[in-house]
Parts: sequence; C-alpha cells; structure tokens
Amino acid sequence: MCTIVPISLTVGANRIVPTVAIPHPLGNPELPAEEEKALRRRLVNKALRALSTEVDGQTVFED
Amino acid sequence: MSKFRVVHYINQYFGQIGGEEKANIPPSCKEGPVGPGMAFKAVLGNEAEIVATIICGDSWFAENLDEAKAKVVEMIAQYKPDLVITGPAFNAGRYGTACGAVAEAVSQELEIPVVSGMYPENPGAEMYRRFALIVETGDNAAAMRKAVPAMGKLALKVLKGEQLGTPKEEGYIPRGIRENYFAPDRGSKRAVDMLVAKLKGEEFHTEYPMPQFDRVDPNPAVADISKAKIGLVTSGGIVPKGNPDHIESSSASKFGKYDLDGIVNLTAETHQTAHGGYDPVYANQDADRVLPVDVMRDLEKEGKIGSLHRYYYATVGNGTSVANAKRYAAEIAQELKNDGVDAVILTST
Repeated sequence: MCTIVPISLTVGANRIVPTVAIPHPLGNPELPAEEEKALRRRLVNKALRALSTEVDGQTVFED
Repeated sequence: MSKFRVVHYINQYFGQIGGEEKANIPPSCKEGPVGPGMAFKAVLGNEAEIVATIICGDSWFAENLDEAKAKVVEMIAQYKPDLVITGPAFNAGRYGTACGAVAEAVSQELEIPVVSGMYPENPGAEMYRRFALIVETGDNAAAMRKAVPAMGKLALKVLKGEQLGTPKEEGYIPRGIRENYFAPDRGSKRAVDMLVAKLKGEEFHTEYPMPQFDRVDPNPAVADISKAKIGLVTSGGIVPKGNPDHIESSSASKFGKYDLDGIVNLTAETHQTAHGGYDPVYANQDADRVLPVDVMRDLEKEGKIGSLHRYYYATVGNGTSVANAKRYAAEIAQELKNDGVDAVILTST
C-alpha cells in the first residue's frame, strides 16, 4: 500500500494498492474521525482483495 | 628488482583435482602456479609471479564458509603476497561466491588488493564486487583465453600503483565507489548533451546509474482470507512511543519487531513515527494512518480475516540502501514464514 505508485512499480511490488498521501497513506486528517476510519477500512479491504486475487505480474488495484 | 608476489585461489576443478565428486575437499596449498595459473604466468611475465595456489572444493567452501575463509586467509598470509587473484569463476555460482568471499576476507583482514574475474550475473559479483576488481568475463571456461590477459593486465597495473581508469575503461565490474574529478563541462551541459544524444539515438552513458531492482514472481492468491493470519510490515517508521530501538530517522541500520497483543488501536500516547523523511504530525497523532491496526482488529473481530499476526515489523525507508532493505526484508520474511503468517500488508509512506 503506497502513495507513490511508480516507486512501488520500480522496486518490483506485485500487488499495489494506491493510498492517500505520503504522510498519511491510510488516513485523511481533514475528515471526521469516523469517516477517516471508514476510508482506512475501504483501503485495507482493497488490499485484502488484492491478496485474494491471482496476478501474473505487477498489478495496480485502482478500484 | 624482485618480482611482485601473487597468490592464486582456484577451485578443485581448475586445480586439476577433480569435478563435482571432489567438490567437498578442504583447502590445500601448492607452491607455484596450477591450471589457469600457468596462463597467468605468461601474462605476468617478469614483473610478477604466482608464488602459491590455494585450491578448495566449491561445496566445502560454501558449506563451511567461516572456517573456509579463515583457513584460506591463513594460507594466503604465509606467502606474504602483494596481490591475490581469485578465479576466474565465469558463471559458476558457488565458485564465484567463494572467489568473492576470499576477496572480502583478504581485502578486509590482510589489506591486500584482489583481482578476480566473473560473468556479471554470477551471484558472487553482486555480493562481493566491493572487495575486488572483478573483471567482466564470459559465462564459461571457453572465455578463459580472454579473461586471463585482462585480469593479468589489471593486476600488474594495481601492483605498479598505476592510476586506474573507470570500471568501463578497465573492464571490471563497478565496485560502487564514487570519485570526485574535474569535468570539462558543467553538469547542466553534460545533461543536455546526454539528452540530445538520446534524442538522436546515439550512444550515451549515464553518470548515475539507478540501483538494479530484482523482480520476483507473484505469490499465488490467498485462498480464503477469512482464515488467513495476516502480518503488518511498514517502512513508515511506526514504533512504540519513545522509539525504544532507536531506529534512525534516515538511513536506518535496523528494523524493529513490536508486540500488538492487546492493542486494538494506535494512539498518540502509544505510538509514533521515527521517520525523518515526511511530516510526522499526522502519524504521531494517529499511527493507524500508516499502520492500520484499528481496522485490522475490527476485521479480525468480524471474522473477515483469520487473525492479525501478533507482531508487526517496522523500519524507516528514508535514504535506506537497497542492500540493507533487502536484508531486512529477507529476515522479516523468514520470521513471518516461521510464524505461519499467510499474507502481509506492507505500508509505505
């Protein structure tokens, strides 16, 4: 899970989930706490889905 | 003038002892040149001579690495050489690794220069290129005819204290050493010249090659994530408050392993970031923003995942060398595997 996807592609990650921002990849301090946690949950769920998906090369999970 | 003294390290095959069936012989020592040493003799001429040859089985060396290095260095030291030649090993992995390990030990412990020869993809080249001038060779012994004169010439240059050119000019694998020099043109002009050459399809050489990143085949998908034990690993520097292991804010020399037992949420009181390469305010307020422990606990409770692994691992990915990062990753991955972790979420900042 990373914000700068080109770096993850360069270093060779195979399942990549784009995130929010460098200092808070899994959060957004501008949101109310509950919404922020919901955002984090959506991103983690996406990562779990990526882990459950067969890939045959580097794959960016956009949605 | 007396001749420079050279000791040569070779394996059992080139030492004319035997093939794979003799790969388990411990190191032994013969006076004078053996095998490829005879060819070196011709290149070194009147200026240097191989006073002794150390021969060791490739498997014995690989299986007894520390003992092998110590024994070989001890044998080499007694001949008081001015330089050591190892190989050439071409693309033989165990032999290349042994040639490199000998080079490391000789250059570090005896402070004697080492010249070796390997195919660039030999794992020994990547592992030990800092410790020897490793001449780039072909991938098998048919390249001996070319390798020996190149290695011998370079050895003589080193022995005579002559100024070495760039790795490209001299034909050895870059050791990763940067040297200052006065360039005729300033950087901006060199960069534009390079760009123009590139646009014209002409040859150009970068002054700062990117590190080489390896590629790994993707792991198969996790069959049932609701049964999986999932680990968290981060390069975002999330550590318990106070940074107990003193992980450096940049160029981290280590990683930490921290217990999540009983922790359902990271807070400003319990955790912080040690990372010095991004604004730490948001992670220090709520480290879940980098390491999603709160959400993982919820998912665990709801049965959406099997469990959250008890420990998380963290380092600071700020100016951290690729080599170190690779080493941490290998150690962390091994521990996670030993602990039966099925999948890992890696977060980076």
